[in-house]
Amino acid sequence: MALTIIIVCAAVLIVLSALSLPVHRSPLGRILVYGGSLLVSLTSLAVALAHLLGQAPHQALTLPIGLPWLGAHFLLDPLASFFLVVVNLGGAAASLYALGYGKHERAPQRVLPFYPLFLASMILVVVADDAFSFLFAWEFMSLSSWALVMAHDRLRENVRAGYVYIVMASFGTLALLIGFALLAGPDGAFAFSAIRDSHPSEAIAALVLVLVLIGAGSKAGLVPLHAWLPLAHPAAPSHVSALLSGVMTKVAVYAFIRITFDLIGTPAWWAGLVVLALAGITCVMGVLYALMQHDLKRLLAYHTVENIGIIFIGLGLALAFQAFGFALASALAFTAALLHVLNHSLFKNLLFLGSGAVLAGTGERDMEHLGGLIHRMPLTAFTFLVGCVAISALPPLNGFVSEWLTFQAILLSPQLPSWAFKFLVPAVGALLALSAALAAACFVKAFGVTFLGRPRTEAAANAHEADRFSLTAMFALTALCLLAGILPGYFIDALAPAAKSMVGASMPLQSEVPYLSIVPIAESRSSYNGLLVFIFMLVSASAAVLVIHRLASNRVRRGPAWDCGYPDPRPQTQYSASSFAQPIRRVFGTLVFRARERVEMPPPGDAAPARLTVSLSDVIWDVGYAPIAGAVGAISGWLNHLQYLSIRRYLSFVFAALVGLLLMLAIWP
Amino acid sequence: MALILSLAVQAAQMVLVLALAPLLLGFVRKIKARLLSRQGPPLIQPYRDLIRLLRKEVVLANNASWLFRAAPYLIFAATWVAASLVPTFASGLIFSWSADLIAIVALLGTARFFLALAGLDIGTAFGGIGSSREVMIASLAEPAMLMIVFTLALVAGSTQLSTMAGYLASSEVGLRVSIGMALVALIIVAIAENARIPVDNPATHLELTMVHEAMVLEYSGRHLALIDLSSELKLLLYVSLIGCLFVPWGIAPPDAPPGALLIGIAAYVAKLVAGGFLLAVFETSIAKMRVFRVPDFLGIALMLGLLATLLMFVARSH
Repeated sequence: MALTIIIVCAAVLIVLSALSLPVHRSPLGRILVYGGSLLVSLTSLAVALAHLLGQAPHQALTLPIGLPWLGAHFLLDPLASFFLVVVNLGGAAASLYALGYGKHERAPQRVLPFYPLFLASMILVVVADDAFSFLFAWEFMSLSSWALVMAHDRLRENVRAGYVYIVMASFGTLALLIGFALLAGPDGAFAFSAIRDSHPSEAIAALVLVLVLIGAGSKAGLVPLHAWLPLAHPAAPSHVSALLSGVMTKVAVYAFIRITFDLIGTPAWWAGLVVLALAGITCVMGVLYALMQHDLKRLLAYHTVENIGIIFIGLGLALAFQAFGFALASALAFTAALLHVLNHSLFKNLLFLGSGAVLAGTGERDMEHLGGLIHRMPLTAFTFLVGCVAISALPPLNGFVSEWLTFQAILLSPQLPSWAFKFLVPAVGALLALSAALAAACFVKAFGVTFLGRPRTEAAANAHEADRFSLTAMFALTALCLLAGILPGYFIDALAPAAKSMVGASMPLQSEVPYLSIVPIAESRSSYNGLLVFIFMLVSASAAVLVIHRLASNRVRRGPAWDCGYPDPRPQTQYSASSFAQPIRRVFGTLVFRARERVEMPPPGDAAPARLTVSLSDVIWDVGYAPIAGAVGAISGWLNHLQYLSIRRYLSFVFAALVGLLLMLAIWP
Repeated sequence: MALILSLAVQAAQMVLVLALAPLLLGFVRKIKARLLSRQGPPLIQPYRDLIRLLRKEVVLANNASWLFRAAPYLIFAATWVAASLVPTFASGLIFSWSADLIAIVALLGTARFFLALAGLDIGTAFGGIGSSREVMIASLAEPAMLMIVFTLALVAGSTQLSTMAGYLASSEVGLRVSIGMALVALIIVAIAENARIPVDNPATHLELTMVHEAMVLEYSGRHLALIDLSSELKLLLYVSLIGCLFVPWGIAPPDAPPGALLIGIAAYVAKLVAGGFLLAVFETSIAKMRVFRVPDFLGIALMLGLLATLLMFVARSH
């Protein structure tokens, strides 16, 4: 029943897309599409949540569509229902937000028809249970999101973003296609149930793992396959950016989990090694890239790369523990990864929606043109602040809990008997710790430069607060961030069936631990109580306020800023986004980005201004992508001659190809 | 009855850290002054400063936001909670399981997050320079701290401070290279985190290398008092942490009789005196670093921490 409702929900979304076509220019279209999507997402969310929490049995459904001899298989198991919760929670928040935010859309006809399609495709990817439906939904997801990325195609950079995205998405799908073909074998057993029973050979499993890392990893944003992500995610309208970053990357994580943990079966011992190494690099590179940005939405997109790294660290550890038969430790790492999937979808949606509110309120997303928004947009500022604290993994909010669990999983890994892990895991732990600290620095910058200080432009000085729908969506996500931070035990328990079905074990039941603490292994080993920490902080802060205001002084006098006696009224004298990042750029950037600062000082007596030029280079792009793009360009330029031949030449080509094929058939044993 | 008693011990710990924090700073200043052949301010001068600041009105910049006014309370709350969770005179306190060492480090991270934001709020160049340098220092000090936590957690088989202190005090530990490395790294981190010489100079704010003092330049009155008290608490926290992990003797075990608690308090005060004295000697015998030498200094801590963790990973064969 639950699965049927989910499929009907996806169908309703597709119908909504068709219905929006005649009314896309009127406000009715916006209300129809976003209101409809909101209702459908909430329904689907409720059904999936009930299935997950009720620990209902697996549900399967086969529809007579798709390939005639195969049909379309769908399955609702705990893993699928967890990811449905993530998808629909994000979908509901973005739809609610867009009810108000959609008013600012200049080209609604380019957004409205594709938005519900995008949501439907993500739902279908998660419930698909055969390779054909999976890839169909996956490609559907890529194309509908591509259309949304290209919604504002008047901007040159968006066109480039769309181009890079479509190339990388096609490449990723190709990798998945080959992977499924290898898994299905020569008989074409495309149903997942058949693949599960087939037990591929070691070589095939290894090849499939690499292909999945390319296919799902490129969609999720694993370094070095992340290049499209920071271009494409910010290009879309903000509520779609939220879905791209907060939800679609999670669907890619789902694909990785489904194929590696479920379909391939027992992982090879080195699988975890590869994943961990990639994940550690992804973490640090993502956050370092983010620190160098001054475009708010691009900064957030790069942070998605970092968080995907954290999720994959959990998954890599889970693979390693599973390969060596430590089921409980594997369950801990896997649960940490899934919890971070949920947490990241919550705060990344929140932050992208906040950046949309800033964009709508000022027309700017360049942080160097913002500042002081906390005065004009206090509510948005508050929600954005909560999102920043959460994503920086600071207690008592939710980001900390999942990172804490990941650290606990790392601390269990000395028992892994392989030397490779003994050397790699501490390094990955250090990279994770480094990225957590850098993330906090990055969000001090993001919030501080955008919302604090003095307005740097007229647009920032005249900002206006977001509308009610947007604020409701952002406050709902804020509340969820806090809730997941202070009551993590319930969230961990909800993930138990998913972990059990994938790694064969689950973490100890947290709701039985007294006082709502979480205890991953044993209380003498480690425990954390978000609620108590939160209450402690609340009580001590209020006690301080009360005591000081009662017994000491509560007088306030307003005056000009002190600034050590040299206040400068011009807002340009504030620290900007790039000057804030300067110390970190100097420490890390010279190595990673080949950052160079050049100061041009005019000679004494010359009144010319001094200039500081900073140059950064994207090493991964220069080394990995530019040569490939250059080679493709050169080859296509060379093949260009073939376009201007006479018809006789073309006919002779056809004839030669025919002869060649016949010869091959004749010679083939 | 037992519950009330353990609550009372926990409350005593919270009051004790709050009461001793300014005294520790006064003691360090006094010793430093004596080492420089000066008379120095009296031991209780930090208390007097705090009371005077608390009584004064707050002069707030015209464009200060609510965050600027709320930040001192949040910083104080996070630091105080963290300081109350580090075992000082007794371990296994009733709330000690609510946060392990990783969470304590993260709580200090929360405090720093708001402090750095407050530095940016008024929009002055001084605040900005302080905040940007503070996060640069933190971006190296925090991972170094976590590596130290990893090392000690692997030694003790726990991230729970009470368990760790208990294990490190027992005779099972023996002499280990990793622990030595962790100690050196922790001292470096503690110096950097508390803005002491050679990383930062706590006695001045008009110097090109300032970090902490530049960040809080716009604060005045009760807000400044809370910020000062928080940094005093943080200093106390780090000294207590080094004490409970590396000199874990004298700490009263869980459910100890009152006599053991008194011995614990005496031992704790002795540790603070020793820690404060060593800090003062260290600070007077070393010169301040240029700000872009600090990453090298902290890099040593990070590498030591990583090496110690690696050793623990390699050493554990089971």
